[in-house]
Amino acid sequence: MKPPKFDYFAPDSIDGALSLIAAHGEDARFLAGGQSLVPMLNFRVAAPSALIDLNRIAALRDIRIDGSGDLHLGAMVRTRQIETDPVIRAANPLLQAAAPHIAHVQIRNRGTIGGSLAHADPAAELPGIVLVCGADIHLQGPDVRRVVSADDFFDGIFSTAIAEGEIIAEIVFPAWPKTRHWAFREVSRREGDFAMVGIAAWFDTGADGAISAARIAAIGAGDTPLRLPAAEAVLTGGTPGPALFAAAAQAGIADLQPGDDIHASAEYRREVGGVLIGRVLAAAWERTP
Amino acid sequence: MTGRHRIVLTVNGTAQDCEIEARMTLADCLREKLNLTGTHLGCEHGVCGACTVIVDGAAVRSCLMFAVQAEGAEIRTVEGLADGDRLSDLQQAFHDNFALQCGFCTPGFLTTAEAFLTENPSPTRGEVQSAISGNICRCTGYVPIIDAILDTAARRRGDRT
Repeated sequence: MKPPKFDYFAPDSIDGALSLIAAHGEDARFLAGGQSLVPMLNFRVAAPSALIDLNRIAALRDIRIDGSGDLHLGAMVRTRQIETDPVIRAANPLLQAAAPHIAHVQIRNRGTIGGSLAHADPAAELPGIVLVCGADIHLQGPDVRRVVSADDFFDGIFSTAIAEGEIIAEIVFPAWPKTRHWAFREVSRREGDFAMVGIAAWFDTGADGAISAARIAAIGAGDTPLRLPAAEAVLTGGTPGPALFAAAAQAGIADLQPGDDIHASAEYRREVGGVLIGRVLAAAWERTP
Repeated sequence: MTGRHRIVLTVNGTAQDCEIEARMTLADCLREKLNLTGTHLGCEHGVCGACTVIVDGAAVRSCLMFAVQAEGAEIRTVEGLADGDRLSDLQQAFHDNFALQCGFCTPGFLTTAEAFLTENPSPTRGEVQSAISGNICRCTGYVPIIDAILDTAARRRGDRT
């Protein structure tokens, strides 16, 4: 179908976008890559009175690494850049490795990290990756800028901590140790489909060979991307290997909260999620940093 | 910025200006305002790939972009591939490999493949499969399309004449 009528604005600064959203109220929407919002308009599931296009705001396209090695991505960095940019690859290889799983190249050429986080589809890859990386989401409002950790950002299906009148300015990924073990796997029926379930994980090992820190996140396994704290607890302090990974998978299954839909049953997602935890940890361990 | 918008863009090397409503997609603008009906609309929600065009060098779904967003952009559509009546090498390879039957999806495959081969002139078969994974064809079973794209890549590299 064709989208409903809306007013269109294309500001060239974050301040301009914030004044427009303030002036047009809650019926207005920011337009990022448009790869989820435009289908919703075409289906007439969404009918905003105004669209405020963020594509002309150069300040939202920054990619930089700061003095402490943290990776800063502007909200309008496109998925295809995440997939191909050598700076991003060096700064966070897990983020880069997840990008090719996101839809198809035509979608990745337009879709943005900020758009994906704001949309908060529970099966989407980037929300799970910011969660497992412990990234911070910087929200700019008319008066203040505040920082929300990925752990506190996702409230529910398509629901986030972004308040009315706020915009995602940037996403900051903590510095990535070169020796970190990491992997991402997802299961979908066809290449480019949303994951029925996906797992991302990393762990660091100390001088004694034991795991000093670990994080695991699941996508498509609940109303939001999920941390798997029981599995993380099993890993921390343990010695990497098949026995530990099997125990972590067993513990992790309990934290999955999948639902039934036309793509897969909850039971299937839980089963596959457990298998993926084991595979992801094994792949992370086999990877020579 | 309400009501109608005037945009200037370059389509297949020619400067165009259009007066459009904000809600007009790039696909509809190409088809209805510029009479470039080679760009086909299948699903209109970003699933089928038939409407793929090349915007500033990147293959995108023209049903998921508004024409007003293409202000100042360089667009290449399927009409921009052939040289007059002479098919491009990619189009000729589709013909030679029987890579189309009904032809509805073909413009999207051609534009997707053209952008892909510019980025990756020496693809593997798997990379071609991945590159066209966002385009649906209900006739061919895809194998001849993959053959045509690999054939074009080989000819462009001079590996085959």
